[in-house]
Amino acid sequence: MEGWDPNTKSTLTQIPLLTTKAGPRDGAVWTQRLKEEYKSLIAYTQMNKSNDNDWFRISASNPEGTRWTGKCWYVHNLLKYEFDLQFDIPVTYPSTAPELELPQLDGKTQKMYRGGKICLTVHFKPLWAKNCPRFGIAHALCLGLAPWLAAEVPILVDSGMIKHKDDATTSTET
Amino acid sequence: MEVELKEMLHDLESLKQSLPDPSHRASIDKLRLRVEQLTSLEKSGPAQRLKVKDMSAEVVDSNPYSRLMALQRMGIVENYERIREFSVAIVGIGGVGSVAAEMLTRCGIGRLLLYDYDKVELANMNRLFFRPEQVNMTKTDAAVQTLSDINPDVVLESYTMNITTVQGFETFVSSLKNKSFRPNKEGSGVDLVLSCVDNYEARMAVNQACNEMNQTWMESGVSEDAVSGHIQLLIPGETACFACAPPLVVASGIDERTLKREGVCAASLPTTMGVVAGLLVQNTLKFLLNFGQVSPYLGYNSLKDYFPTMEMKPNPQCSNVACLERQQEYIVAKPARDAALKAKMEAEALLVPDCPLHADNEWSISVVDDSGLDSMDAASSDTLPEGLVRELPSADKSQELPTSEAPLTSNDDLEDLRRQLEALNS
Repeated sequence: MEGWDPNTKSTLTQIPLLTTKAGPRDGAVWTQRLKEEYKSLIAYTQMNKSNDNDWFRISASNPEGTRWTGKCWYVHNLLKYEFDLQFDIPVTYPSTAPELELPQLDGKTQKMYRGGKICLTVHFKPLWAKNCPRFGIAHALCLGLAPWLAAEVPILVDSGMIKHKDDATTSTET
Repeated sequence: MEVELKEMLHDLESLKQSLPDPSHRASIDKLRLRVEQLTSLEKSGPAQRLKVKDMSAEVVDSNPYSRLMALQRMGIVENYERIREFSVAIVGIGGVGSVAAEMLTRCGIGRLLLYDYDKVELANMNRLFFRPEQVNMTKTDAAVQTLSDINPDVVLESYTMNITTVQGFETFVSSLKNKSFRPNKEGSGVDLVLSCVDNYEARMAVNQACNEMNQTWMESGVSEDAVSGHIQLLIPGETACFACAPPLVVASGIDERTLKREGVCAASLPTTMGVVAGLLVQNTLKFLLNFGQVSPYLGYNSLKDYFPTMEMKPNPQCSNVACLERQQEYIVAKPARDAALKAKMEAEALLVPDCPLHADNEWSISVVDDSGLDSMDAASSDTLPEGLVRELPSADKSQELPTSEAPLTSNDDLEDLRRQLEALNS
């Protein structure tokens, strides 16, 4: 965890860790894991809200809890940039992390694989591997997606690759 | 050609209109039909060669298999034609997988199962196999198009899907189990699975499926900086599975800091990918046709032209449950395996003249079996030969939390938790 900012570190220590090692094909044990995922997501969301650092919405879009969809946003120069967020829980979860996707940014940055999967190889995958099965979805968002947004959104905005939604509408009006 | 045929149709039509005598109309219609047939033939592309019933060793220009069958005459392969009985599944039809598929197709493999969810892009043109006019086709469709032209004898099945999702994985497993190609084959419906994917998640999914099915497979990979690669043979229970230890990568052998990695997620070269595909298919042919030595692991460092090899025993503490089951079965089957080996040795011994290898043994030197259980410890897979490093760390157990809390919280209701998160989301 060297090189991480103290804020992320202290937030991370407060996200409840998970104990059940189970994937979506493991039946009842997966339900147990899913409960732990919910608890740690609830705790993380509450913590973000109370620290005035709310930055995502995520919910399971199927009853099995294998597909998740929602939104995430990042504030840059006092403007809020919001993106769709989606991912599947892989069959080999939690040995492998979910591949977080921002489909609207597909093809707009090099730090991304096909289909809008953000590149997590260097900054996140080793941490996930080391902390299996204690890390869950909330940890993936905190250590995978948050730093990616912080690094990429300013570059995307400054290079004109993405526009703020108000800018986009005014430019079409004029 | 197509334009000319179209003009001819047009001319026929005007001829038909201008003819006062209706008695010729029937023959003009007949002519028109034939031109239309020609047009559709033209559209279906250049004529394919016909299927071949038996592989012939006859050396003539028109025999697609003469140079392969010559392997028998040279004493390399005992029975080359067996290749037509084999089914190989290739997961990932990218820079390595597509080339491997072409190699096996040209070798006359019986059946190929192709898995990929991606489309062909112009950005793929720095690699082999795909052509610019195939851009936007799925990689599986484009591959079937090219491969069936090259060799119509090969049975091709394509699956356009992501095997890491729950649904994709189920389809993947059931397609491997399908035995309609050779109903009396033992085990699964395929002889070998080749993993040619570009990410850890998909490799772990292949590993999971093969461990569960007790299916032998080969893994291949090219580094993100495009200068090194590897192939690995995985026999569930017998060799290390992909989850037994963190994946190995071939160290570049030069100062890592001098390698630029910023900006781009992955680089690729047709050369490195072609070399790795060649190594992979060579190992596949040796495995299927039973010649030479099948490599358990072969690395390729292109910067130093260094090829490390090694063997990896399975980890008795592997995190994959199916791997542990296969390991147990392998241990249980040891006496039978030893007996079979002994019988084979004895059969071979009958062929050589019966005399002692060494008449006296002054120092009581004896050969001991070192492939037993005692050497199967986790440490054995921790020592790596020079030039190989681990890609990811192992899960550390030192921070294991007290789990006294778990039983208390386990009777929470999933629906209730879901509602709580939804309330926070609104």
